Amino acid sequence: MKEFFKFVQKEFLHIFRDKRTILIVLVMPVVQIILFGFAISTDINNVRVDIVGDIRDNKVREIAERIDNNKYLDVVSEYEFVTMINDRFRRGKSDVAVCFEQDFSKKLEKENSASVRIIGDGSDPNSAQVIANYVMGIINDENLELGQGGIDRGGEMEKMMPPVKYQYNPMMKSSYNFVPGVMGLILMLICSMMTAISIVREKETGAMELLLVSPVKPIWIIISKALPYMVLSAVNLVTIFLFSHYVLNVLVRGSLSLIAFVSFIFILTSLALGLLISIMASTQRVALLISGMGMMMPTMIFSGIIFPCESMPVVLQYVSDIIPAKWYIIMIKKIMIEGVGIAYILKELSILSLMAFILLFTSVKLFKTRL
Amino acid sequence: MYSIEAKNIGKSYGAVKALDNVSLQVRKGEIYGLIGPDGAGKTTLFRILTTLMLPDSGNAEVEGFDIIRDYKAIRKISGYMPGHFSLYEDLSVEENLDFFATIFGTSVAANYETIREIYSQLEPFRKRKTGKLSGGMKQKLALCCALVHKPSVLFLDEPTTGVDAISRKEFWNILERIKAGGVTVLVSTPYMDEASLCDRISLIQQGQIIDSGTVDSIVEKYPYLLLSVSGDHIYPVLKILRQVKGVVSCFAFGTEHHVAIDRALITAEDIRHILTENAYADCVVKEIRPGIEDCFMQLAAKK
Amino acid sequence: MENGNIIEVKGLTKKFGTFTAVDNISFDVKKGEIFGFLGANGAGKTTAMKILCGLSKPTSCEGYVAGFDINSEQEKIKHHIGYMSQKFSLYSDLKVWENIRLFGGIYGLKRKDIAQRTEVIIKTLGMQDWKDSLVGTIPQGWKQKLAFSIAMIHEPQIVFLDEPTGGVDPETRRKFWEMIYDASEKGITIFVTTHYMDEAEYCDRVSIMVDGRIEAIDSPKALKEKYRVNNMDSVFRILAGGALRQ
Repeated sequence: MKEFFKFVQKEFLHIFRDKRTILIVLVMPVVQIILFGFAISTDINNVRVDIVGDIRDNKVREIAERIDNNKYLDVVSEYEFVTMINDRFRRGKSDVAVCFEQDFSKKLEKENSASVRIIGDGSDPNSAQVIANYVMGIINDENLELGQGGIDRGGEMEKMMPPVKYQYNPMMKSSYNFVPGVMGLILMLICSMMTAISIVREKETGAMELLLVSPVKPIWIIISKALPYMVLSAVNLVTIFLFSHYVLNVLVRGSLSLIAFVSFIFILTSLALGLLISIMASTQRVALLISGMGMMMPTMIFSGIIFPCESMPVVLQYVSDIIPAKWYIIMIKKIMIEGVGIAYILKELSILSLMAFILLFTSVKLFKTRL
Repeated sequence: MYSIEAKNIGKSYGAVKALDNVSLQVRKGEIYGLIGPDGAGKTTLFRILTTLMLPDSGNAEVEGFDIIRDYKAIRKISGYMPGHFSLYEDLSVEENLDFFATIFGTSVAANYETIREIYSQLEPFRKRKTGKLSGGMKQKLALCCALVHKPSVLFLDEPTTGVDAISRKEFWNILERIKAGGVTVLVSTPYMDEASLCDRISLIQQGQIIDSGTVDSIVEKYPYLLLSVSGDHIYPVLKILRQVKGVVSCFAFGTEHHVAIDRALITAEDIRHILTENAYADCVVKEIRPGIEDCFMQLAAKK
Repeated sequence: MENGNIIEVKGLTKKFGTFTAVDNISFDVKKGEIFGFLGANGAGKTTAMKILCGLSKPTSCEGYVAGFDINSEQEKIKHHIGYMSQKFSLYSDLKVWENIRLFGGIYGLKRKDIAQRTEVIIKTLGMQDWKDSLVGTIPQGWKQKLAFSIAMIHEPQIVFLDEPTGGVDPETRRKFWEMIYDASEKGITIFVTTHYMDEAEYCDRVSIMVDGRIEAIDSPKALKEKYRVNNMDSVFRILAGGALRQ
């Protein structure tokens, strides 16, 4: 046991003596949160929303109320013809218009899909985009509650008016999207990449040879390498939560302990991945490449942070299923934003746990007691 | 019983034979040198003997333990300094030593006597980061780390590579004292002049041991008559002598040339004669006893 | 250059913060000589050599290398010297001729010249059979000869060799020195560092650095006479043995 603590202590010394590691590990999450935070905190208070369509329609009214109830958005007018939007934008009476097709509720019930279009005032493209995204987020929440199928997202692409138009774009499911995304990325980065690199560094310097010929069991070498990064990940999780709560006012609806538990499973998965990388790579550069290109990129692309998995070709969707971060992010979103309990994430949780188990098992098996 | 005994070890990396039927026997408490250039297979042999690698064929024992079956036992009793090992450069001298003592299940205090002599030179710098030490100091610290758990066999893979001549001498003095403490030392080096500092040696080239024994016994077997040719500006002499029938080889050795001749074909007198004919009358030709480098070159050429 | 010196250095000093790595050294290297640059680890050899190659700026220094000012014409120096070290010499994943072409290009040779010199190098070294082999697969001895030839592809007046023979077998080491001699006979100046003291004997003159200063500079013969010993190893130990710097 004494050997083990010495190992862990040594690992922490490595981390704290390398300014770059400290920078990556502790400062980057904060920077990312703040950067993303600024991206959504562009002032969009008191946005004036026009509802275009049949306001007597149940579903339309429901969405309109939902928009109106949001503290940043106010529904200022309702009318039936899109032709009026242009005039209202010109007079500066409205910032965004949400258009619903005829018989919206009926279509939704019958065909399980219906069309919505969001039209923003493109004269100020930046805030128009933010506003449009924001409205999309709200409709999307509605969409989630409608269950699968939901509102048709494709189709309505025709360009009718000169001002910038934003159709109901599934790319931005929620403005809160990035917090779970950043969590997934950061944990992946620290647990996989940093662990892999720190093990491979031992190989490169020749120290691993000496560690292997020592009586210390290889399993302890692994655990002692993983433990410090686990601790750092926990620190990061807390930082991310504090920042999103106090700086960005992103509220967590679900249980914090559930988030912690799910994160723990994800951390295990990432550590196991890092370990696998360290077994494959013999130089730090290779480790960085594998974890950077092989892990971070797919995580960014397939995990739904940037593109929604649902809009990818089916083959790629299957590929996205093997990305652990995808399942983690789905769970965190559900817990954070919807506030669901463990019963609603059982499927994702079991997939992730299975991944963690398989990866840990293989990497410990593959970690050689010889070179 | 031998401290280290390797029998017919073979190891290939793909098509490259790193070790080809290598056997050696190291007696308890001797300094045994494995001498050969880079790429001869020294490191591979070390890795096999320290249980870091499995041989393709053959077997070996360290202190009576089988390198495959009893690898855990071997790891407890052996000290190892990998080639080009640089320790943790971001840790201080003290921290490095403390770490390696702990992972080998001991403490610096418990075994201080074993390393006192070497460590006393490092102690003034014990708070300094290892990365800021000179090459010679790093070697000493690495040696301390390999010795701190009182191993009975010490494996040193090229400990003096890239170290200047003075630090090298000092390092060998330390080895002599470690040996006096009853530790078996297997050391590899590309520097031929270090052969004389070992009790016995093996010469290794391209994965094969080309000869083993004491330096004297290897030198005894040198089949040719060796002459030294010295004089001013004698570089061109090399080319002249290489043309002579009966001259087996001719190479520069410091200020002189070493000329190996076949006793049956030619004599030292003939060489003097040839040099005089070529206007190198001032050259001094002497009969000399070959060094280990002469032997290595002769044996390597024979292969 | 008029006085036959290819390197002339006066008061070369390099400081890193409060640490003086090279302390006010002055020396000349004559055209066509083999100059051995010796010193213990940490004596400041590498730092001084980097400055001479134009890779690093001196804190203070007057002098020239290959006719170019050390302070103001570093880029020109780089184009008129050759450099080879044991640690890095050639790209092992490129073929022999590709390496030659690459370095010819790096030194700014014309395409026609590169083609012609590639032929010459391969022919002189007798490497016709290796021409299309990856450098990583050819024997160490050949690799070294090739690296040395490539360091001279742009016909520099001076070649810097940084421990060119470390870890090499005795015969290859000697054959390499024979190449150095041949180059020197063609008038190329050789500036070489080594840990093998017998190689110090092959030099026309050597300098021995201790603690950032040049303690001795002369021919091996004169040094041995001065310190009344019979080999350079002893000379080195007498001089560098008193080093304070660790």
